[in-house]
Amino acid sequence: MVEMNLNRRQFLKLSGATAATLAVVELGFNDKKAYAASKEFKIAKATVTPTICCYCGVGCGILVHTKNNTVVYTEGDPDNPINEGKLCSKGTTLRQLYTSEKRLTKPLYRAPGSNKWEEKEWEWMLDTIAKRTKETRDRSFVEVENGVTVNKTERIASLGGAALDNEETYLLAKLMRGLGVTYLEHQARI
Amino acid sequence: MTNHWNDLQHTDCALIIGANPAENHPISFRWLTKAKENGGKIVSVDPRYTRTSAQADVYAALRSGTDIPFIGGMINYALENNLIHKEYVATYTNAAFIVKEGYDFNDGLFSGYDETKRAYDKTKWAIETTEDGKPVKDETLENPRSVFQLMKKHYSRYDVDTVTAVTGTAKKDYLQVCKTFCETGKVGKAGTIMYAMGTTQHTVGSQNVRIYAILQLLLGNIGLPGGGINAMRGESNVQGSTDFGLLFDNLTGYLGAPKATVPEHATLKGYLEKETPKTGYWSNKPKFVVSLLKAWYGTNATAENEFGYQFLPKGNKNYSHINLFNAMYKGELDGTFLFGTNPVVGGPNAGKEKEALGNLKWMVAVDLWETETSSFWQKEAGSDPAKINTEVFLLPASASFEKEGSVSNSSRWMQYRWKAIDSRGEARPDLDIIHELALKLKKLYANSPKSADKPFLALDWNYGTGEEPDIDLVAKEINGYDLKTGKLIASFGALLDDGTTSSGNWIYSGFYPEEGKNKSKNRDNKDTGGDHYLNWSYAWPMNRRILYNRASADPSGKPWSKEKAVIWWDGAEKKWVGNDVPDFKAVTAPTEPGGTGAFMMNKDGVGLLFAPTLNDGPFPEHYEPFESPVPNAFSNTQLNPAAVVIEGDFNKKGDKKNFPIVATTYRVSEHWQSGSMTRNQEWLSELAGHMFVEMSEELAKEKGIKNKDKIIVSSARGEIKAYAMVTKRFKPYSVSGKKVHQIGMPWHFGYKGFATGDTANRLTPHIGDANTTIPEYKAFLCNVRRAD
Repeated sequence: MVEMNLNRRQFLKLSGATAATLAVVELGFNDKKAYAASKEFKIAKATVTPTICCYCGVGCGILVHTKNNTVVYTEGDPDNPINEGKLCSKGTTLRQLYTSEKRLTKPLYRAPGSNKWEEKEWEWMLDTIAKRTKETRDRSFVEVENGVTVNKTERIASLGGAALDNEETYLLAKLMRGLGVTYLEHQARI
Repeated sequence: MTNHWNDLQHTDCALIIGANPAENHPISFRWLTKAKENGGKIVSVDPRYTRTSAQADVYAALRSGTDIPFIGGMINYALENNLIHKEYVATYTNAAFIVKEGYDFNDGLFSGYDETKRAYDKTKWAIETTEDGKPVKDETLENPRSVFQLMKKHYSRYDVDTVTAVTGTAKKDYLQVCKTFCETGKVGKAGTIMYAMGTTQHTVGSQNVRIYAILQLLLGNIGLPGGGINAMRGESNVQGSTDFGLLFDNLTGYLGAPKATVPEHATLKGYLEKETPKTGYWSNKPKFVVSLLKAWYGTNATAENEFGYQFLPKGNKNYSHINLFNAMYKGELDGTFLFGTNPVVGGPNAGKEKEALGNLKWMVAVDLWETETSSFWQKEAGSDPAKINTEVFLLPASASFEKEGSVSNSSRWMQYRWKAIDSRGEARPDLDIIHELALKLKKLYANSPKSADKPFLALDWNYGTGEEPDIDLVAKEINGYDLKTGKLIASFGALLDDGTTSSGNWIYSGFYPEEGKNKSKNRDNKDTGGDHYLNWSYAWPMNRRILYNRASADPSGKPWSKEKAVIWWDGAEKKWVGNDVPDFKAVTAPTEPGGTGAFMMNKDGVGLLFAPTLNDGPFPEHYEPFESPVPNAFSNTQLNPAAVVIEGDFNKKGDKKNFPIVATTYRVSEHWQSGSMTRNQEWLSELAGHMFVEMSEELAKEKGIKNKDKIIVSSARGEIKAYAMVTKRFKPYSVSGKKVHQIGMPWHFGYKGFATGDTANRLTPHIGDANTTIPEYKAFLCNVRRAD
């Protein structure tokens, strides 16, 4: 599942059992015994996927260990030349982004004047958002201003995106400008 | 960053100002530690003695908002003591250029100022040119109208005594900083300046960065290993999101958005003529603009319809964050999308930003969590839900490792993140959400005959037939194609302005030069020389790791020194060679015309000591922050004369009588930005669980406050409660003989999540920098008192 050219050393590092062994060696255990016992460790036979930390702009490499459809462990990627396996407090706790009980798992809707969220289906949410976007755009669209073609709406804004991937920021900028949005901003400004 | 994280190990001196990497970019610090082991020095300049200061060889305190005096004094020191790299300055900067009559500077104002518009006529700051448009020069740098002499005169006012009386820095500490850093002016030495939001979040934020650049050019520190100007980015992809144009004034790749207020922008031809310099690399701009239009509008972009140029929106004002919220506050916006952003905690004057959200008809928030912003209507936010008619759509987003895609770090390295696991619950990647929304809108608008709908219908949107978009198609569109052959384009050097090429972001063009070769996925971590790791990921532009690296060699093409060699001219091969990709035309010999133009993005090929392009002056000049406890000691112009002030309820101003204490905000290692990503996690919440305010022992004594007391901090905008942290890390400043206190506080907290606390940004003002409108979070006035 990982689309990369692994050399042998990297492959060994990335295989779950070996990673478990390395982890216990670092803790000062007898590696042979630990290897024998590694089946019992929660990261044994886990799938390991390289990622880049989602916090600051240093761009540290992190290895995400997954098993039984959950994240069981994360650690610094020793092959990434920037951090060479080291991480700060935030990078270290990456796993809890998956496991936190506070994660949103369903689309939520709040009606005007209401004091509560309601769970809704994705399809209804996106359909309604598209409808609102069109209503506002149609009502506010300006084609010509002082004789100049301007093709814009100044009643819709888009904010944020510094945590998105490049491909996502590209599509977001393209969609918003495509709709004629001029209030287009994100965290680089704040 | 001009350079990159691994390169920090090569520095002889790192001047860290307006930043605290030991806490906010912790892993960067291992390369600074390595530099120290190699004999390099670390200088920390900060209002507070931070963990970075604790690792520094030299520490100097400065009052928030006084970077320009601090660095201006260093420029003066370097010039007076003849510590600059003179040959570098004479060849690679505009020091020798003659400034036209008309430029002048008087009592804090440059010539051309219009008080009613709070704006300058920049034509008054022009460079003298010959008949063929070339700058007139005096290579001896003696002409009194030369940039060098005008600069020298400007900063002669920044003598050590005046500077330290303004910054509040102890004179001996200040001189120690000057001496230590100016050592890097010697050939064979390189110094870096590292900064972050402590530099930019001021009404003079752009000029703060500018003055760092001037100092670095004078010391010959740009283009060298261990040198450069290095902005440390605070978010994993704020580099990328800026490159990709999520700002009102930038399409992608720093191509300016067309404006309704510039008559020439009415047509593509006029726009290109107006915005394209005749010389320098930006002379290729039409190729990048037309290729972008081809990427966005596909076959609907033709030579006959100006390649779809008229489909682009043309704004008529400044739409930046502060103005956006002002418009929302006034009821001028109906709908807003929020992609992983939390302005009710992170925005300036956050109480007002929260109020503004209640004027929206609808709001879409895409996030991993319920944030203070998406739930602004709730009772616990201090709102009355019955009175708020905003319809809110909250969509669960995938975490970074639950999807795939690339991010660009501070070093401009574009690194790939593979998908490790399916998204939690029903969460979906932002890419899918944006794609599906676009498809639904396309359907709603399908077959519309209305001319107003034509621009959106013309938008090319083809990312596969599945429900999920094909990310590989997005990546390839960014890189661009040769549309005649349908093949991926090798690099932006091959882009054309005739509609036969496309590229969604020209500065990235080349990262995906052929099928199956997305270089952001490169994972060969062998050092290819100079610690540049050229086969690890991809650095824009063209995989260059040190920008302006032509300046690491002398005018004849030889490295200034063996220790700091990057690229050099190989006379036998007739090309530039070295351990990095040349930031220069690889076959242009040093003796050819343009052969010493190390700053090829600028029209004259030189670094700008004098920059007639900024809104607030060609030389950085000190002005006090919007809220300041003292008059400006350098002139009678108190505030940046080009900063735009919003009057009235939206931006109340505090005076020094009621709010005599300077305040600033900062971050801690355990939390991130508005805290939504970290306060919703157990361990980090436990590590840093409470909102606190740091203050000096002297201030605490004056106010009868003890460590851990509950206190109230007030500003003209609001009040917050927090724990007092009484510390030696802050000391009162002596400013022109007067005692000035400063406090500081983290801005991570809000009422959601495990770790909760009052929001610091309820205190900060709605005023921005004169060039970027970045809010002045980092220097404002407040008062403190015990809560009971």
